[in-house]
Amino acid sequence: MSVLLDLFISFFLVAFVSFGGASAVIPEFYRIVVTEHSWMDARTFTELFAIAQAAPGPNVLIVSLIGQYVDGWLGALVATIGICLPMSLVVGLLFNYWDRLQHWRGRAAIQLGVAPLAVGLVLASGVLIARSAAPGWAGIALVVLTVWLSLRTTLHPLWLILLGALFGLTGVV
Amino acid sequence: MPAPPISDSAIKFAASARITPGPAALFRGFARVGLSGFGGVLPWARRLLVDTERWLTAEEFNVLLGLCQFLPGPNVVNLAVAVGVRCCGWRGAVAGALGLMLGPFLIALLLGLLYARYGQIPAVQSVLYGVTLVGAGLIIATGIRMGLNVQQRAVYLPFAAAAFAALVFLHWPLPIVMIGGAALTVSLSWWRLAREACQ
Repeated sequence: MSVLLDLFISFFLVAFVSFGGASAVIPEFYRIVVTEHSWMDARTFTELFAIAQAAPGPNVLIVSLIGQYVDGWLGALVATIGICLPMSLVVGLLFNYWDRLQHWRGRAAIQLGVAPLAVGLVLASGVLIARSAAPGWAGIALVVLTVWLSLRTTLHPLWLILLGALFGLTGVV
Repeated sequence: MPAPPISDSAIKFAASARITPGPAALFRGFARVGLSGFGGVLPWARRLLVDTERWLTAEEFNVLLGLCQFLPGPNVVNLAVAVGVRCCGWRGAVAGALGLMLGPFLIALLLGLLYARYGQIPAVQSVLYGVTLVGAGLIIATGIRMGLNVQQRAVYLPFAAAAFAALVFLHWPLPIVMIGGAALTVSLSWWRLAREACQ
C-alpha cells in the first residue's frame, strides 16, 4: 500500500514541473526511482525508457512501465494516473477561461518565459539519458546520427528505432 | 478595410463544417491517435482533429494546443482532455483521455511482462541499449526543434543554456531549476512586454 502511495505522490508532484512534457522530466523520474527509492538499478531504468520509446503512444508511458516494474499492473495504473491527473484537472477547469485570458499580459509572459526553460529541460533530458547508457564512441556517434537524421530528413522515428535495435543487436554500438 | 467577402463565407463554411463528436466517437478517435503515434503523438492528433474528423478548425487546434503546451504535464493527454471538455464536458474529457491512453497502456504492460521474462537475455539487452541511444537522440532533436521555435531567441535562449548547464553539469534538482528559472524568465518577459506596451 505504501509503495502505491509513494508512486502516486511522486509522479503527481513531478506533473507540476514537467513543462515540455514527459520527455523533459525523465532525469527527475530517474532521481526518484533509482536514486531516492532504489526501486530499480540504472540499467533497468534505461531499458524501460527504451521500451517506452519503441512502443506506440504518448511518451508518458515510461511512467506506466516504471509503475509496473515497481508494483505490477496496479502500480502502473496508479503511477500513470498520478502523472496525468493534476494537469488534466487544470485543463478542464482553465479551459473556459483560456480565451478570456488572451489579452492578459501574464499569459504572454508565461508563454515566452517558460518556453526556453522547457528547451533546456528537454535537451538535458536527452543528454542525461544518453550518458546513463554509458556509450562508447560508436554509441555517441549513433546519438549524433539520430539527431542529424531526425532534423534533416523526414524519416519516420520508427525507422530510427529499428536502426538502433539493429546496431545494438549486431554489436556495432 | 473590411475583409473581402470570400473569406467571410469561408469562415462560415468552416464553422458549419465542424462536427461535434459524442464521448464514444472521442474515445474511438483518440484511441486511433494513441496507437498510431510512435515517438510523438501530436502530429497524429492534429491530422485526426483538423483534417480527418474536422472536430476543430486549424485555428481552434492552435489555441487549444497553446493551452496544453502552456501547462506542464503530458501535452497530448492535456489536449485530449481539452478537446473532450469542449465537446461534451467532463464525460468527453474522460472519454478522450481514456481512449488515448488505454491501448498504448495495455501494450506497454504487455511489453513490460515480456521484459520481466526475457530482459536478462544478452541479445535483448543489446537491442534495448541501441534503442536507448536512438531514443536519447530523438529527444535531443525535439529539444533543438523547440529551441528554434523560441521567440526572441537572442534574449531567451541563454536561459535554455543555463537550465541545461544547471541540470547536466551542476546536477541541480529539476524542480529548483524549473521554478527558480521560471521566476527569472517570466519576470523578464513580463517586464519586456510592459515596456513594449508603453512604447
